[in-house]
Amino acid sequence: MMQKNNLSWKIGGEAGFGIKSAGLMFAQIFMKAGYEIFDYTEYPSLIRGGHNTYQLIVDTRPVNSVSREVDVLVALNINTINQNADELSSGGLIIYDSDKFKMPAKYQEHSFGIPLSTIAKEAGNELMRNVAAIGATLALVGQKLDIAGRIVRENFQRKGGAVVANNIKALKAGYDYVLKNHPVNFICVLPTRPPKDNILIAANESLALGALAAGLNFYAGYPMTPSSTILQYLATVAQQVGIVVKHAEDEISVINMALGAAHVGARAMIATSGGGFALMVESLGLTGITETPLVIVNVQRPGPATGLPTWTEQGDLQFVLRAAQGDFPRIVLAPGDAQEAFELGAEAMNLAEIYQLPVIILSDKFIAEGITTNKRLTRKGIKINRGKLLTTSQLTNIKKYQRYKLTADGISPRTVPGMSQGLFIANSDEHDEYGFSSESGTNRVAQVDKRQRKLETLAKKIPRPKIYGNLKAKKLIVIWGSTKGVVLDAYNELPEKQQKKIKIMHLQYIWPLAKNFIQEALKKSKDVLLIENNSNAQLGQLIAQETGVLIKNKILKYDGRPFFREDIRRALHNF
Amino acid sequence: MTEKDYLTTYKSTWCPGCGNFGLAIAMRKALAELNLDPAKVLIVYGIGCSGNGVNFTKTYAWHSLHGRAVPTAIGAKLANKDLTVIAMAGDGDGLGEGMGHFIHAIRGNADVTYVIHDNKTYSLTTGQAAPTSDRGFKAKTTPEGVIEEMANPVSLALAAGTSFVARGFAGNAEHLKEIFKAAITHRGFSVVDVFQPCVTFNTVNTFKWFFDRLYNIDQDATYNKNDLSRAFKESLIWGAKIPYGIFYQNNRPTYGDELPQLRGAALVKRPMTVRDIDRLVKSFA
Repeated sequence: MMQKNNLSWKIGGEAGFGIKSAGLMFAQIFMKAGYEIFDYTEYPSLIRGGHNTYQLIVDTRPVNSVSREVDVLVALNINTINQNADELSSGGLIIYDSDKFKMPAKYQEHSFGIPLSTIAKEAGNELMRNVAAIGATLALVGQKLDIAGRIVRENFQRKGGAVVANNIKALKAGYDYVLKNHPVNFICVLPTRPPKDNILIAANESLALGALAAGLNFYAGYPMTPSSTILQYLATVAQQVGIVVKHAEDEISVINMALGAAHVGARAMIATSGGGFALMVESLGLTGITETPLVIVNVQRPGPATGLPTWTEQGDLQFVLRAAQGDFPRIVLAPGDAQEAFELGAEAMNLAEIYQLPVIILSDKFIAEGITTNKRLTRKGIKINRGKLLTTSQLTNIKKYQRYKLTADGISPRTVPGMSQGLFIANSDEHDEYGFSSESGTNRVAQVDKRQRKLETLAKKIPRPKIYGNLKAKKLIVIWGSTKGVVLDAYNELPEKQQKKIKIMHLQYIWPLAKNFIQEALKKSKDVLLIENNSNAQLGQLIAQETGVLIKNKILKYDGRPFFREDIRRALHNF
Repeated sequence: MTEKDYLTTYKSTWCPGCGNFGLAIAMRKALAELNLDPAKVLIVYGIGCSGNGVNFTKTYAWHSLHGRAVPTAIGAKLANKDLTVIAMAGDGDGLGEGMGHFIHAIRGNADVTYVIHDNKTYSLTTGQAAPTSDRGFKAKTTPEGVIEEMANPVSLALAAGTSFVARGFAGNAEHLKEIFKAAITHRGFSVVDVFQPCVTFNTVNTFKWFFDRLYNIDQDATYNKNDLSRAFKESLIWGAKIPYGIFYQNNRPTYGDELPQLRGAALVKRPMTVRDIDRLVKSFA
């Protein structure tokens, strides 16, 4: 028996075994018990069969990453042993369904068989062996059953009293079996914690909530992993909050519907993954030339084409920076975690309207589906800023309204259909200040320059990258978006002496790039390490392009998996 | 309102004698007779000769991408139901690149009027075959003649569950105006396929060609436009005789009608304030 402040728990089995639902219940139990959690799922792109795992990191400290190592591995089938047994930590334990297979000799010493299927069957249904496994794990880590009983009840309530009672029976039977039969009783004991006012959320849902708080009222989408839960969540709450959520026939329709809505004054957002974004690209240019405010979320997965549909990568940065023909300004943001996704979801709504351009949010499967404990999200601090959207009285004071008026900051006053005296053409063709098609060279240059000036205006306002660690340190780590959690978690594990030597620059406002700030930071650092979840160091390319500084020391990962804590630990050790 | 209230100062770039003139006049007259304020009308144009009309008609306008006028119009209407929203696209634009949107828009029945400028050819790209070209039609990209069957937007609309479909002719602007008025006042996705001959690149399907063949079903007292099977049968008539007029209409609910959250003020006319999300957040606790 030992005390531990954290636990890495993983359950594995076929799709259809209830892996994810068991995992989510386990997560809820530990959140209610006052712990911080982060979850990570691996699942193939199919509905039945295949190999699914759900991993949960439970910690007394905030956690935003996963380790490769697992302390308790729950194997509902032999495939979990074949695929995941080598992830077991020293001192870790495999619990497995002894009704289903015989543990290979190699792992017998570190495993404990439980007749999960029999226990579940006796409780009413073999399917409930996932719940029996939760009970067994709770016994192993010295937790009581009160919170778990409540969570199981809440989860099955809508299926009726009998289902609730059976699941509670399975939970308790799994728990009791361990207490009665496990030779050492506990492999570790997690201390009891005071409850916290946390929520359990992934970045997809928090981003949607941020946008909702900032007035989102039109959303269109087409299902594509790992972006679909944004569409699903918003569709679920659409009537309650009074917004339109349209599942359109394809991604091209999605973006054009959203443009139509934004053109008439809606706060519009769309989300997809790389493949869907690729379909939207021509219309991204249309957003640029018509200067229509639109928020586009790309929840990345490894490409090209279908790639690895249910895995993670930061591989679309250069794509979204350059997508669509011609030059036009855009904003690219990349949240580092669920909290930042919430904040940027709200901020993007304002940026799109203030600067009248497409705002692209780059998220990825790792944070988009990675459920974590987060402080309760609140609308506090969120403001609505609609930029140069004219009111009716402002418009009456303008003699000859020009939608695309040449202005010093590049942003022109905007009207929406329905406003008298504000008529204009939102024109896909190059156009003059009124919006009429124009092929004049002088006009062309004036309009291109006007649009580009928005970037200069923006560059003065855009927040700088955040620096973590010792600001005076000579060693600099450069990261962006979703690698924030794992890099900071690994950094926080370091002894203070080592922490002092390192600072971390995290970019969430990627474009326009905070060029001077980054150039300065690079210049002041003795050693620089770039960490990206892609194969080409795409942020590194951007920094080189903009600052002339090529970061040579880099750690890249592109096997579809996120950086594990161990990967970064090793990197920091060698840095 | 008069037709002139919908004219911009921009000089038209259509060829003299182009069928688009008749279509545009009929549309402006329809808008005038319906007394619609140009500021309360949004016309979404596609790309092609039809799309170039964006510069000549004075309403709020959106010049879309090739094939994409329809979804843009639907998004606009759902966000502001107080606007009259019309989508305009050519046959190549709307039935080539935009064919998917066409069918799905009919299924959804958002309250939008969709006008297809049908000259059975691609004209702005200087004369290639279109989805609506007849089999055997010879043009730059089909020198041996079109192999595919002709796309028939009226039959397609009927098969997809349309709530309103009509066919008009730019050579009969008065009748076309009445069709437009009926289509705009119809609640639902109203499809109007308009023959508007290209006088430069289509020497087969000329004004005369249509005059010789068209007969007006609106003048047939026995024609019942609520009869779907009759409409479908009529829509398939093609050859020495070609029907035009309103083929079919029903009053099924629009897409917007089906959304309880759209009752009351139009979406964009509600106050834009920071939304209270506390209850939503609570469900994650």
